[in-house]
Amino acid sequence: MIHASDSIIVRTMSALLIPLIQLFALYVLVFGQFGPGGGFVGGVMLGTSLILGILVFGPEAAPCRLARKVVHGDGLGLIIFAGIGGLCLIGGGEFLNYANLEIPWIESETRRRFLGIHLTQIGVAVDIAVTAISIVFSLALVDDRGETHV
Amino acid sequence: MTFSFEIPLLVLLVTTAAGAILMKDLISSVFILGSYSFILALVWAWLGAVDVAFVEAVVGAGLATVFFLLTLFGIAPKDTQIRRPPPPLLALFGLPLLGLLLLYAMEDFPAFGDPRAQPSVHVSSDYLTNSLKDTETPNVVTAVLMDYRAFDTLIETAVIFTAGIACAMLLRSHRE
Repeated sequence: MIHASDSIIVRTMSALLIPLIQLFALYVLVFGQFGPGGGFVGGVMLGTSLILGILVFGPEAAPCRLARKVVHGDGLGLIIFAGIGGLCLIGGGEFLNYANLEIPWIESETRRRFLGIHLTQIGVAVDIAVTAISIVFSLALVDDRGETHV
Repeated sequence: MTFSFEIPLLVLLVTTAAGAILMKDLISSVFILGSYSFILALVWAWLGAVDVAFVEAVVGAGLATVFFLLTLFGIAPKDTQIRRPPPPLLALFGLPLLGLLLLYAMEDFPAFGDPRAQPSVHVSSDYLTNSLKDTETPNVVTAVLMDYRAFDTLIETAVIFTAGIACAMLLRSHRE
């Protein structure tokens, strides 16, 4: 159902904008503890950059092929998030109490909580990005004969 | 000084909300809803909730618009043109009355930004004073979301995962 766009303006601008969006998404994700943003917004922006690539360059181009591989990671973000909670259990504390993250070269509890926030944000970002792309595939890549191109 | 800025924002907010409801064409309605989300993001930023403004701009104006448009392109063109019947008389008179009641109830709310209001004295002062010391995270919103209330965020993530799975199960069921 989605076809590649013919307009050279749209294609050129998208080719310029998609790396910028991804760079800004990574910035928001990594610096979510120091400024506005965080895992949720960073994940949505990562997913949106790939969705823009799918809509502009069509189902045969590189963004869509990458997105098809990415969709296989559905649920990975949730596993990262819950897995870090489980690591806290192994460390001898409560579920999701990052002060008990068992990492040998980090001694202070506040540093561990900082790291726990960071890693769980990455988990949230992965989950959101994959889900956004997966919903676009569910909505759009079903053609008129009811066949899915995923 | 802020007074000159808030009136146009609120007028634009109400105008775009009414436009999104009154449009006959669903595709125009979706675009107006996107601009409504953008203005709402400006309102959040003006209120000081920068994180919420960020999410509203990215999700409301960006992702939700794409989802709506993809859905509209997937259905027949005659379904995107809708006829709206005139509102019933009860709604025409009852809803302004309800609005007046809500405005009357608003008198009992604490003033905006009041430090002695009930929600500000419960746990949020603890978060504000301790989050940098506890977690080395300057952004209090991230510290609360990801550390103090990590269970909430974990279940939220599970909800979004479930939404993606449910969409795939419902919409890709044609595949044999």
